[in-house]
Amino acid sequence: MTRDLLIDAYRRMKTIREFEERLHQEIATGEIAGFTHLYAGQEAVAVGVCSHLGPQDYIVSTHRGHGHCIAKGCDVKAMMREIFGRRNGLCKGKGGSMHIADVSVGMLGANGIVGAGAPLALGAAVAAQMDGAGKVAVAFSGDGAANQGTTFEAMNMAVVLKAPVIFAFENNHYSEHTGVSYSVGAKDMATRAAGFGMAAHKVDGCDFFASYRVMAEVVGYCRAGKGPVAVEFDTERFYGHFEGDPQRYRGPGEVDRLRTTRDCIKAFRTKAIHEELLDAHTLDAIDKEVLALIEAAVTEARTAPVPTAADVLEDVYVSY
Amino acid sequence: MALMTIREALAQTIRTEMDRDPNLLILGEDIVGGNGTAGGPEAIGGIWGLTGGLYERFGPKRVIDTPISESCIVGAAAGAALTGKRVIAELMFADFVGVCLDQIYNQIAEFRYMFGGRATCPVTVRIAYGAGLNCAAQHSQAVYSMLTSIPGLKVVMPTTPADAKGLLTSAIRGDDPVMFFEHKMLYGEKGEVPDGEYLVPFGHARMVREGSDATIVACGALVGSAAAAADRLAKEGIACDVLDLRTTSPLDEEAILDSVELTGRLIVVDESPPRCSLATDIAALVANKAFAALKAPIELVTAPHSPVPFARELERAYLPSPATIEAAARKALAYR
Repeated sequence: MTRDLLIDAYRRMKTIREFEERLHQEIATGEIAGFTHLYAGQEAVAVGVCSHLGPQDYIVSTHRGHGHCIAKGCDVKAMMREIFGRRNGLCKGKGGSMHIADVSVGMLGANGIVGAGAPLALGAAVAAQMDGAGKVAVAFSGDGAANQGTTFEAMNMAVVLKAPVIFAFENNHYSEHTGVSYSVGAKDMATRAAGFGMAAHKVDGCDFFASYRVMAEVVGYCRAGKGPVAVEFDTERFYGHFEGDPQRYRGPGEVDRLRTTRDCIKAFRTKAIHEELLDAHTLDAIDKEVLALIEAAVTEARTAPVPTAADVLEDVYVSY
Repeated sequence: MALMTIREALAQTIRTEMDRDPNLLILGEDIVGGNGTAGGPEAIGGIWGLTGGLYERFGPKRVIDTPISESCIVGAAAGAALTGKRVIAELMFADFVGVCLDQIYNQIAEFRYMFGGRATCPVTVRIAYGAGLNCAAQHSQAVYSMLTSIPGLKVVMPTTPADAKGLLTSAIRGDDPVMFFEHKMLYGEKGEVPDGEYLVPFGHARMVREGSDATIVACGALVGSAAAAADRLAKEGIACDVLDLRTTSPLDEEAILDSVELTGRLIVVDESPPRCSLATDIAALVANKAFAALKAPIELVTAPHSPVPFARELERAYLPSPATIEAAARKALAYR
């Protein structure tokens, strides 16, 4: 890993974290409407995966999609404007947090329907096969989506078609408010995926370096036309299923413990400094830049123009 | 012009459009058929006989034989379309819309809107529909009313070979998602088809018969029944406008209203069950926008509020027919 790559990865992870921490505050004030699902804690997965992707590759995200957007290169300020419901938001205030997307950077959408994404990613992979340029598509799915029939269908069809699709299962141990030990019948998601006839890996999704290493191999395999791969990331969700979730299902002190022992950004910092990959000064400077970016994004979003009633009927069709 | 069936017109259009646009792909169950069997690929060519020869001509990357996975067929079509491809997806029976409805109405229909107009999803979902083959409840339904109600979708139903070509070409080349309903009983319908480039725009109903006594609005296979009813009435000097809607979304409101302004009597013929249906939709339109022109209550000739039955006698009783349409027209004509 080059120094530039490490800096870029850290910046993206930190941007996701600060974006989400700030949203947590802003949502509490009541300024942001609707449902928001925060990605804080899972940053090493999105960045570990997307560090191997270029703008030509595709990802399909979930309802917990802000991290995937930032990792894939969506404009952070335009995202903030969207989540604030502004007319000049990334989706003109039509999608909001749960449907945020930017097809122009290969981000084919967050998705409010758990499990809808895997077939879409398969379609992007089928298109990539037609183009023959070694492009790949990633279906991010949580442990909840991993149980949907659509995900099983997509895994089977991907194997049948030998499609370059990567099933990235983010096991944050909670399907909404229900534990994975209850909701996943199989031993784990990787083993189950392997049963469909594809290579499958398990990795500590709180370890950026491990995630990055596994994905280097996986993306290379897919690009070479060898077919789909599944990766199960063991990761942690620092907030509730949605903002406002009282999280009564958590054990006492659980989130504090996770934040102390399972924080992927802290772990990155510690390793980078200890192994002299990056110095503290460099990392602190990135932290400052990121905080300034988020502050600017929120300030701008607050004063950005709101949509008007006349906008409701725009963009339903190209022509009707 | 060439004389051909709707089946031939559709098959020819698919082939022509795939020749024309290397960015177009097609996927579905058994559209190649025979993969993984001793009979080899191309053993079937689609159970409706529309896709034979495509695999050999365009190869496995553009002609994709899928497992029986409707959600994935439609979802993969959507994903490929979001990346810039044009896609034809085949649903073997309209009833299977129930299996993949999420991908149709939460995904395909909403992408462009949710993404702020910064994406298109040019998917044509070809759907074989309708009763008449005694296939009973799960292989005979006319689900177009349900899909017509969904913003973001266009809904198309050709009834002639010429329209089959013209409407399918418009569907494939357009940038919006289209639910393209092919009635199973019409595949063998013969007619003249224009040669060369031929597109029929959406939202323009076709006047099948003309007359100033009553308006009969129909779509799909029931256009033929409506025309037959009008022919019987014509023998007694009663002349009806018969409108083939061609597309139910967009709907040619103007053609319907213009005709009712002239005739004052409306009979709506619809193969779907009566509640929240195309028939009630058109009745509401006319009641709202042409109330003063009406000389009689609007007559609705629809399937009953029941699943599609199996036995021949039951299915016959279920479907609107020339006789029931004629009776409804006579009732409207006899009012006051």
